[in-house]
Amino acid sequence: MRNITLSQAVNEALAEEMRRDETVFIIGEDVAEAGTPFKVLSGLVEEFGTARVVDTPIAEPGFMGLAVGAAMTGSRPVVDLMFGDFIYLIMDQLCNQAAKTHYMSGGKLSVPLVLRTNLGATRRSAAQHSQSLHALVAHIPGLKVALPSSAYEAKGLMKTAIRDNNPVVIFEDKLMYNDKAPVPEEEYLIPFGEANIKREGTDITLIGTSSMVQVCEKAAEILAAEGISAEVIDPRTIVPLDEKTLIESAKKTSRVIVVDEGHQSFGITGEIAGRINEKAFYHLDAPVLRMGAMDVPVPFSPALEDITVPTPEAVVENARKLISGEMIHAA
Amino acid sequence: MAKSKTNTEDYLTMYRQMVRIRTFEDNANQLYLSAKMPGLTHMYSGEEAVAVGICEALKVTDKITSTHRGHGHCVAKGAEFKEMFCELLGKEEGYCRGKGGSMHIADQSNGNLGANAIVGGSMGIATGAAFSAKLLGKDDVTVCFFGDGATAQGLMYEVMNMAALWNLPVIYACENNGYSEYTRTDEIAAGSITARAEAFGIEAHQVDGQDVLAVNALTQKLVDRARKGEGPFFMELMTYRYHGHHVGDINREYYRSKDEEKDWKDNKDPIIRFRSWLVEEGIASEEDLDAMNAEIKQDAADAVEYALNAKYPDVSEVDMHVYTDIEHALARDTA
Repeated sequence: MRNITLSQAVNEALAEEMRRDETVFIIGEDVAEAGTPFKVLSGLVEEFGTARVVDTPIAEPGFMGLAVGAAMTGSRPVVDLMFGDFIYLIMDQLCNQAAKTHYMSGGKLSVPLVLRTNLGATRRSAAQHSQSLHALVAHIPGLKVALPSSAYEAKGLMKTAIRDNNPVVIFEDKLMYNDKAPVPEEEYLIPFGEANIKREGTDITLIGTSSMVQVCEKAAEILAAEGISAEVIDPRTIVPLDEKTLIESAKKTSRVIVVDEGHQSFGITGEIAGRINEKAFYHLDAPVLRMGAMDVPVPFSPALEDITVPTPEAVVENARKLISGEMIHAA
Repeated sequence: MAKSKTNTEDYLTMYRQMVRIRTFEDNANQLYLSAKMPGLTHMYSGEEAVAVGICEALKVTDKITSTHRGHGHCVAKGAEFKEMFCELLGKEEGYCRGKGGSMHIADQSNGNLGANAIVGGSMGIATGAAFSAKLLGKDDVTVCFFGDGATAQGLMYEVMNMAALWNLPVIYACENNGYSEYTRTDEIAAGSITARAEAFGIEAHQVDGQDVLAVNALTQKLVDRARKGEGPFFMELMTYRYHGHHVGDINREYYRSKDEEKDWKDNKDPIIRFRSWLVEEGIASEEDLDAMNAEIKQDAADAVEYALNAKYPDVSEVDMHVYTDIEHALARDTA
């Protein structure tokens, strides 16, 4: 199988879906000739023209709202939000409008829209260009939320998102745009709500999202060398969440660490830990551990920024403590 | 003024629709006062010529976006009393199956893209509907209804900019009723409202919103031009709301006088004005119009009675319609 970058995978998904369905269009800042600052969309305007790859003014609420109305009237917009941090600017249009239209209309109107944006720190971009804010939207009923962990997932989840009749938010890790992974030449889609067991294990479950899947895989390798068998699971979508696969794994290994790059407090890690506690309590030998990003604005200085996000080494250290029983006695 | 048969029918339809709105609102107010309606509602009474003058210039497939003060837009775009009162009372047969209520009431099948309870919240949606029509090669025009209060929202300027850049078939219809909730408009709006649209190169008109013929004539012209790709346009419709911000806003003399309200009701009422014109022009007699009023009153009474006795949605509906493809949202993660 060929290896392509995450960036190319997203580009291919968009191009394929735009060829298949002429109601699909892309809208956002610098999406056309510039192809976005990350060059993810390069070449699309040449194929599909400026009517379907639409450069907007710098007006996030405006083009987000415009996309909601377009989605309600027969088009399938893919909104490009240059940085995930800008999601605060569009919260009304996303959460009050897109997310609630189907419900408030008693099922009569729908909003088939994709919002593609990004997450991820350690790019030395400071507090307003580095946040991982997927928990904010996962909190809102009516939205679906996908977190691709490699080029393979990025393509398959994007194609599914575009065909979904609900508003879907996809967060790509901006540090992974140039990471390559095997991606089939032939068409495939990845269904929402199906977790991927990346690595099977028996002693501990490491649940990771987005680039934290790689962190968990690296941790699992280190642990394997120490004789500890870690299972690594990528939920792929957090809404809907494949709770069944996560609970089954927790029951099997009896120890779980949840790793996510959003702030730890009130976030994804706590939500998943809570569900495992509720549904696998009697199978657990240790508390389910949350490992999110530090509860601080993302700092600029590399010396500070690097310690705000979970690392393989930190996951390994926590795994050892869980297995040795230290976590229980520390409580 | 020439009065062909078609025009006569159009005039009587406009009269009927204005009276239907006023009658709907009078009943809604009674339902509130008699504690039969859950929640609050924002009355459209006094502004009927705006919704009717505009919507009578639209096709069924043309779109509108409505507001929290949206009953008038809903009626004017072709909705029926029965489903509207059912929605107002949270009943299953309501247009939104009781999930929207007064502030989100909309007859979606007639091109109403929903009533929005975020002031100015639908401006993006309306602009997007116009964008969609252009992208998909349809000739539909979208009218975005909003109040003077919404002109303070930044979203309006973002989307007017894009609509003007891309010549979108959208008409921004600012219903200036003089009050932004409990505050006089001149205290919240600097400069001219139409000049704001003109700054984007958008042709803007101010029109007497109590004159249904003036509103309708202007809208017809603008809709025709928007259909030909000459949009967007902006209309400021000078009007007045008879009730407070909502039905619970009873003691409001701290922001406007009873004399002012009386003056508008006695001297500028859109229905009284149009009725006099119809009679003077010999289009209809007082008796004809009284009969029409009585018929509408009875329709409304019947619809209210029906809605009061109608079923509430089954509790199993609480987590339905959250997603298009997941029947019950609460089971989304365990399916």
